[in-house]
Parts: sequence; structure tokens; C-alpha cells
Amino acid sequence: MIQAINSALDVMLGRDPMVVVMGEDVGYFGGVFRATQGLQAKHGRTRVFDTPINECGIVGVAVGMGAYGLRPVPEIQFADYIYPALDQIVSEAVRIRYRSAGEYWIPITIRSPLGGGIFGGQTHSQSPEGVFTHVTGLKTVIPSNPYDAKGLLIAAIEDNDPVLFFEPKRIYNGPFDGHYDRPVTPWSAHPAGEVPDDYYRIPLGKAAVAREGNAFTILAYGTMVHVAIAFCEENGVDAEVIDLRTLVPLDVDTITASVEKTGRCMIVHEATRTGGFGAELSATVQERCFYALEAPIERVTGWDTPYPHGLEWGYFPGPIRLREAAKRLMEA
Amino acid sequence: MAKPSSPRAASRSKASATPPVPNRERPPEPERYSASREEMLEYYRQMMLIRRFEERAGQLYGLGLIGGFCHLYIGQEAVAVGMQSALEVGKDSVITGYRDHGHMLAYGIDPKLIMAELTGREAGISRGKGGSMHMFSVEHGFYGGHGIVGAQVSLGTGLAFKHKYAGDGGVCVTYFGDGAANQGQVYESFNMAELWKLPVIFVIENNQYAMGTSVNRASAEDQLYRRGESFRIPGLQVDGMDVLAVRGAANVATEWVRSGKGPILLELKTYRYRGHSMSDPAKYRSREEVQAVRDKSDPIEHLKKELEALGVSEDELKAIDKEIRGQVTEAADFAEESPEPGASELYTDVLVGRY
Repeated sequence: MIQAINSALDVMLGRDPMVVVMGEDVGYFGGVFRATQGLQAKHGRTRVFDTPINECGIVGVAVGMGAYGLRPVPEIQFADYIYPALDQIVSEAVRIRYRSAGEYWIPITIRSPLGGGIFGGQTHSQSPEGVFTHVTGLKTVIPSNPYDAKGLLIAAIEDNDPVLFFEPKRIYNGPFDGHYDRPVTPWSAHPAGEVPDDYYRIPLGKAAVAREGNAFTILAYGTMVHVAIAFCEENGVDAEVIDLRTLVPLDVDTITASVEKTGRCMIVHEATRTGGFGAELSATVQERCFYALEAPIERVTGWDTPYPHGLEWGYFPGPIRLREAAKRLMEA
Repeated sequence: MAKPSSPRAASRSKASATPPVPNRERPPEPERYSASREEMLEYYRQMMLIRRFEERAGQLYGLGLIGGFCHLYIGQEAVAVGMQSALEVGKDSVITGYRDHGHMLAYGIDPKLIMAELTGREAGISRGKGGSMHMFSVEHGFYGGHGIVGAQVSLGTGLAFKHKYAGDGGVCVTYFGDGAANQGQVYESFNMAELWKLPVIFVIENNQYAMGTSVNRASAEDQLYRRGESFRIPGLQVDGMDVLAVRGAANVATEWVRSGKGPILLELKTYRYRGHSMSDPAKYRSREEVQAVRDKSDPIEHLKKELEALGVSEDELKAIDKEIRGQVTEAADFAEESPEPGASELYTDVLVGRY
């Protein structure tokens, strides 16, 4: 998935002279996860450059650059580091269009790795998407595989609104089945690991049916798509897994169609539970599909705790919790 | 209003070629501390403990016993040891970033509890929930261990506020790196610290690289000791590879801060031998550069030579090394054998109260 993201940036740097890539260690060093490796050498230091360690400044400067016509793609090295930039995102990036009555807009795409599963402890594991989906005027994308990552990132960069592009770092190098004690399978063994070199787009706001089924619907995104699919395969569960791909805008039609078919719905995310995006999904499903539901909606999420270091897999909503929720869902 | 030039004005402009007289009191230039034999042996012991501990942590990481992020302090030992030898445990406070093992060891915190935290075990100093970057000790006035770059600088300023509020005579040593020195909140903190004359010693551990970005590629003013000047915080640049120079500067700094003159900023020029973290191949600098520092400026070798010149025998130093190896082995065994925290620990300490 790292190569797919690298390729998307490379393609867009090549196609649009207004695109610039910036962030901590993204230039010379090539990014901590190597997502920007080689881009500075290829496109030059005015297009791909290092910033000091100052997230508020990075995003603030990118907003100004965007208002005057550039298409900046700043990287925040870990999603956990994004909070100093919250003010610039919430009060500036997403609001300038509204308060200038459409005279200025901010076409920036903020990339940032999120999620746990690499023993990062509480400051390198968080999934803060719910903080941002609550912000009006901001699009939030979370891809689950290399093919999608490239197409969605290109669409995000071309989008004229601010986009947050969160990359689940646990699946940078391969899909994750939720069993932390098994070896990682590389993307090369997965159909979505095949990524064309050229330009292509995947529209924002369009979910994918990652696995077809009839017993119930699982709504997931990012890493949890693979955990959910593996759960179904390993337990012979005939569930339909919807990969949301974009949280805002949300593909309500695909969700509704699936839940109306199955009559049951489970929502899975790694982020903490209270006020998480699962709550929004649950409300949406209840509003749209109330008469089709045969059981209460289940949410399988991280606990309402910081992400622990030593108890990482106790926090992670893995196969055991999925199994328990599926049992409740089917017995109701 | 501009006046026509006169001979007097000309002579004045000539005078300004000499350094200006400071318009406010400044701390004296620090001198190298003249330590006693016993003190030097103690510094040697502490620096050696940090180095051997870190080497072992690196090995445990390689064996998969430590997961995630692990930032080693090897090369920077003189900073923590020199600074903290001037502090009083229990009266003063210390706070730092994610490269925190050395500061804890220099404060006399049990290596067993630190190593067990690195392996994420229940016996760890933060019960395995914090990990390498997030460790604390109330007993020692050690306030972490912070994974967010630069965030601890504001916290240290707050700790200093409490020292002043309580009139307890304590000072807070707030460490951060050359990379963190570019975070906005650092300057918000500088302003408040000087405005309120808080007893805080800001210590920039300038190891030359913010992960893969060298200081002069990220800092418009790369003489970081000057970063406090516009807030009227005096700054001193110190050889952070020489424990006695560090201690000398620590003496000047603690005296300045304890006497109510407000904060002070020390830039300690140092070097990390290993990568930023365990996954960093450190391709942004040459092998030769690292080797040259190791050969010429190693803080431990440096002190060892001085001890030998004082007549400390090789046997005496070997006995210290042996004792430390034992201590580190004990810590590693302890960290490996301790059980993992129970699942019930997941929900403890989220709030003081309950949900």
C-alpha cells in the first residue's frame, strides 16, 4: 500500500504543477513509512520538501497555499500528531469557502497514518477519524487496500475541498486478518495488491461490497475490513462486508441496500466507542432501515480507553469480539 | 527623526563594533565543573549504566521482546547525568520527550522497572500500559516520558509554576530535542515562563538530527541557544559530550533559576549514535560521521581517560563495569520473566473516578 500511495503522489506531481508534497521527513528521508521515497529526487525540492516539526504550522501554511491556488498534500507523520493542527483544520481550512461566500476554497489533502497494531502505545496508535467526521466541510477517506488507496488519493488531491486521507498503518505491508500472532501476508498475494502505474480515480463517497453475503451486514473501513472478511471465512459466516472507503461523504445507498437485504447490521471500527463513527453509522442505519432490522445493531469497537502498550491486543477489536457480537446478532 | 551626521555620531558607530553591553543581567559563562574523584566515579557509573541498559534494550528489541517504538539514548549519556547530578530528587522535577530511558536511570529509578515497562509487563513502572515512551515516577518527581514531540515543554512550564506557587524551592528541568524546538507551543511556553519568572531550565538536547532532518535543514536559527532571546530568556551553548561541562552549566542554570531570575535555556550539543528509533536505518548521515564522534567525543571514554589520569586503576573501572553488567542482566531477566498485565488493567486509570 505504501507503493500505491507513493505512485499516486508521483502521478499527481507529474500531472499537475500546482501539487506540492510537504511534511516532516517526507523529502530527503522519504517519510517514516517510506511513502514519499524518491519523490524529492524525481520532482525537486520545490515540489517535495521537508518541514520543521510543527504540525499547526504545516497545516496552516498549506491552507494559505491552497487559498492562493496550490494543491498541497501535507503529511502529518502520525494521526496522533494532528491535534496541534486541529485549529487550522476546523477553523480555517474547512470554513474559508463558506465565510468568503465561495470566493476562496482550500484544495488540500492531509495524509496521515492511523490505527494500532504495531505496539505504538498511546501516542502512535490512535484512530481519531471521529474527531474529524464531526467537522462540517471536511471529507474523510480511509482506504483498505493498495488499489483503492491510489485511486482514492488521486481523487482526494483533485478534489477542491479539504480532504483528510487516513492510511491504516497496520495494513501498509499487507492485509491483516486480526490474528497478531500469525505472520503478515504481503499485498502481492492479494488481488487488490495489483496497482496500475498510471492515473486512475476512485470517486469519493462510493463504498465497495468487499464480500457478498446474506446473514448480516458488516460495515467496516480500513484495517477492520480485512479482520471482518477473515472472520467470515474462518467461521463460515455468510455475512456481507461493506468497505466504506469514504466516511464523509458516506455512501448511504450501498449501506441501505445491504442492510435491507440482510436485516441485520454489525459496525466494526478500531477507534474508541463513545461518539465514534460507529454511532453515526448506527443512527443512519436505524433511520433508513428501521423496518428491515430484525435485531439491534451491534457495534464492535476499541474500548473507551487510551491505546495501551502492553495490552495492545486486549484493546484491538479482534476475532473473539466479532464472534461474540455475531452470536448476539443472530440470536436476537 | 534623523540628525545630520556629526563626528560624535561617527565615533558612536565605531564603538558599536565592540559587543554591546547587555541591557539586563546575564548568567556567567559556565566553567567546567571540578568534580571530586568520587563524583567522577559516580558519573562514570551512571553513564555506563545508561549505555549498557540501552544496548541491552536494543538486543531485546531485536529478539522481539520489546515491540513498537524504542529510542535509544546511546551517545547522549553526559546530558542526563551531568544535568541531573545538580538536582535534588524529591525537590526538583524532570520532564522529557520519548527518548526517556537515560533521564530515568540518571535519576536513580530502578532499571528493572524501566526494562519491564519496555517489554510491556505488569511490573513495569507504568504497569506496561505506557511502554518505552510513556513512563513516570512520582517518587522521583519524574513527569514522563512523552510521545508527542514538544508537548512536554508546556507541561514543564506548568510544573515550574507549581514550584513557584508552592514556594518549595524546586526547579523543573524540561528536556526537548532540536526537532521539538520548532513546535509553536515551545514559544508560547517560553513567553509565559519568562513573564511569570518561573523556575524552569529548558534543556535542548541538540543531537543534530530530528529523525532524518538535520538541524540546519529545519531551523532558520540553528544556534538554538538563542531561541529564547526574544523572550528575554538567556541562553548558553554547552558541550553535551562532556559530563563535567554539562554539570558546570547545570550549576549556573540552577543558581540562576533558584534565585528567582526566571527561566534559562541551555543548548547541549550532543549526538546519538543509533538511529532515531529501532526502525531507522540512518541513511541521512555517513558511517564515518558517526564513527568520528564515537572516536573523538565519546562521553564515557572521555571521562574514563580523566579518571585514569587521576590514578583510578583499570581494575576499579572493571569492577564498576562488572557490577553494571550484573544490574542490566538482572533488569533484562526481570523484564522477560514478569507476567503481562491482566485484561482488567485495560480500564483502570482512564479516569480518577469512574465512567
